Amino acid sequence: MIEYTERIRKIAKELLEQEKVKVFIGFQKGSVPMMNQPILITDPSQADLLYWDSHCGLNLCNYLTKRPDEKIGILATGCNSRNIMTHIIENQIKREQLYIVGIPCRGMIDHRAVQRAVKQKEITEIKEEGEKFIVKGKDFEETFEKKEYLQGNCAVCTHRNPVEYDELVGDLVEEQTGVEGYKDVKNIEGMESEKRWGFFTRLIERCIRCYACRNACPLCYCPTCFVDESKPQWVGKSIDPTDTMTFHFLRAYHCAGRCTDCGACERVCPRGISMRQFTKKLNKDALEYFSWEAGLSHDERPPLDTYRPDDYNDFVK
Amino acid sequence: MTEIRFTKEEWLKALEGLQERYRIFVPVKEGDFHDFKLMTEGRRPDFGYSNTRLSAKSLIYPQSERMFVYTIDENEEEANILKEEPKDYTPQAIVGIRPCDVQAFEIVKRNFDTAEYRDPWWVQHFESTVFVGLGCDEPCETCFCTEVGGGPFSEKGMDVLLYDLGESFLAKGLTEKGEAFLKEAEGGSPAEAGDIKAAEEMEEGALSKIEQKVPTDKLKDKVINELFDASFWEDVAFSCLNCGTCTYLCPTCWCFDIQDEVLGKEGDRMRNWDSCMFPLFTLHGSGHNPRDKKVQRVRQRFMHKLKYYVDKYQKGVQCSGCGRCVRYCPVNIDIRQVAELMNSFG
Repeated sequence: MIEYTERIRKIAKELLEQEKVKVFIGFQKGSVPMMNQPILITDPSQADLLYWDSHCGLNLCNYLTKRPDEKIGILATGCNSRNIMTHIIENQIKREQLYIVGIPCRGMIDHRAVQRAVKQKEITEIKEEGEKFIVKGKDFEETFEKKEYLQGNCAVCTHRNPVEYDELVGDLVEEQTGVEGYKDVKNIEGMESEKRWGFFTRLIERCIRCYACRNACPLCYCPTCFVDESKPQWVGKSIDPTDTMTFHFLRAYHCAGRCTDCGACERVCPRGISMRQFTKKLNKDALEYFSWEAGLSHDERPPLDTYRPDDYNDFVK
Repeated sequence: MTEIRFTKEEWLKALEGLQERYRIFVPVKEGDFHDFKLMTEGRRPDFGYSNTRLSAKSLIYPQSERMFVYTIDENEEEANILKEEPKDYTPQAIVGIRPCDVQAFEIVKRNFDTAEYRDPWWVQHFESTVFVGLGCDEPCETCFCTEVGGGPFSEKGMDVLLYDLGESFLAKGLTEKGEAFLKEAEGGSPAEAGDIKAAEEMEEGALSKIEQKVPTDKLKDKVINELFDASFWEDVAFSCLNCGTCTYLCPTCWCFDIQDEVLGKEGDRMRNWDSCMFPLFTLHGSGHNPRDKKVQRVRQRFMHKLKYYVDKYQKGVQCSGCGRCVRYCPVNIDIRQVAELMNSFG
């Protein structure tokens, strides 16, 4: 996807020059391999800092939260655009404020899988060439097929194209069909409750309560998160497993019907926890019970946020 | 100075023997990365590693430590009296720790062990620890120990330093504690001239591999308020998530928070790591927070490490160059670049 870079720079430059936007949010090339850094530019001369490749797995919608009332240009892949829609529905930003530069996305590379593939040796450079990428280290060079190293969420993504945009950086891509998105969830659903509890207990064993997962998520914008409350204090601040589990479950439930499976939580975890295991079950339920996938438009309210007297479900009567 | 060569097999055996006297912590690979774990039957050390994901900080300074226990049951004679929770100070050895992480304890010691204040728990954990370090013959591209007063084979704070000679380890006893540790280690044979020469060459080779230039020399001359008001902080902070990855992975971040946790009538007074990235950090009882914005918290982290510490202790920066924050910051905020910005400011 590196070929999008030039187009992104051109679009951002024009938008800023013509004062169609006051700021533009994108990525700049990172200082270490497989890392790019979100950046906000305000001057057309900064447009050449912008960069795009298959390591832009953070969710840029996160940077729209609490922006002032100004015109904002922002890059958006499929999942990012769905979070922007969710932000609009939830009154976090106004559609008129945004100039959405859509990225037809072919998926992000799973940095952990690449590290595993080179046996955790230090990677000094990664070069993307079409659907292949070359990984270099001090004493090795290997070429990989990108499709085999996609982030877990990208491998099962069925919304690669942005759901809404003002301009595109390239032709729309073909959506993936026939992907089995919930195999892992079904597996967990099938467990006896004790085994399932064991699964989640092990999942968070390594958690250090750094909150990178929560903070990388555009859905988490509460003025004060319940774990940060001190009067009253709902959750202990130590690494007692009960408190850690409380944090993870409550965070996940708070994302029910809102999560777009962008994978940012999992990507950023410094402890390599499969964070999506918490939210995917809720996505599956939202789909099965309410035929709902979050953020496909900005005018339909999410299922847990709406009520109809003629709801076909008995439990609301 | 004792210099002993252990074949790798002998070394493992020696460590097993030493388990009677010490709690031995070693790098263990679980999943994709290493962390220091207590060596047990099922948990074998892997010394062919780069560095642990978390530093060894928690072995001296646990992420959550019960300081005191108490009861609020008025029927009890000792109601509302804090009683110190007994802690485990049996000797421990951190085997395979890298020089940057040992140097980090020297940096932190200036805070926890001063003429005025001695943090009883930090100091006692520290004093009951033997640092058996392992030199770095393959420094990472992201680390910069040589720029902050250390080195890949630095002996600062080390009790024993190991050189990985391929089939064997050369162990150098550097302190009384280290000599005692080696004396109790079974097996091994006196190092020969060839081993010592190989170790020296390895050290030179490693030094030549570090090309980092992270300038910190002019920080001490900057005016605090000018640096504080520098215009670059907004840009530095933009991408920050305000998560605790940098501070929790950092071997030199020492901030803590004290919390009372009460269940029924029984209470624990806990000390937990804190992070300047968090909104609760410096939240006053009044509800006011002098650092209620992201940019203020990000600035605090860098100013503390690269200016306040420098001015207060006159011993350089509060960073041992391990590179963890560079590698694992989820949004790629790079302390090397921030140091450059601060050092060249004005």
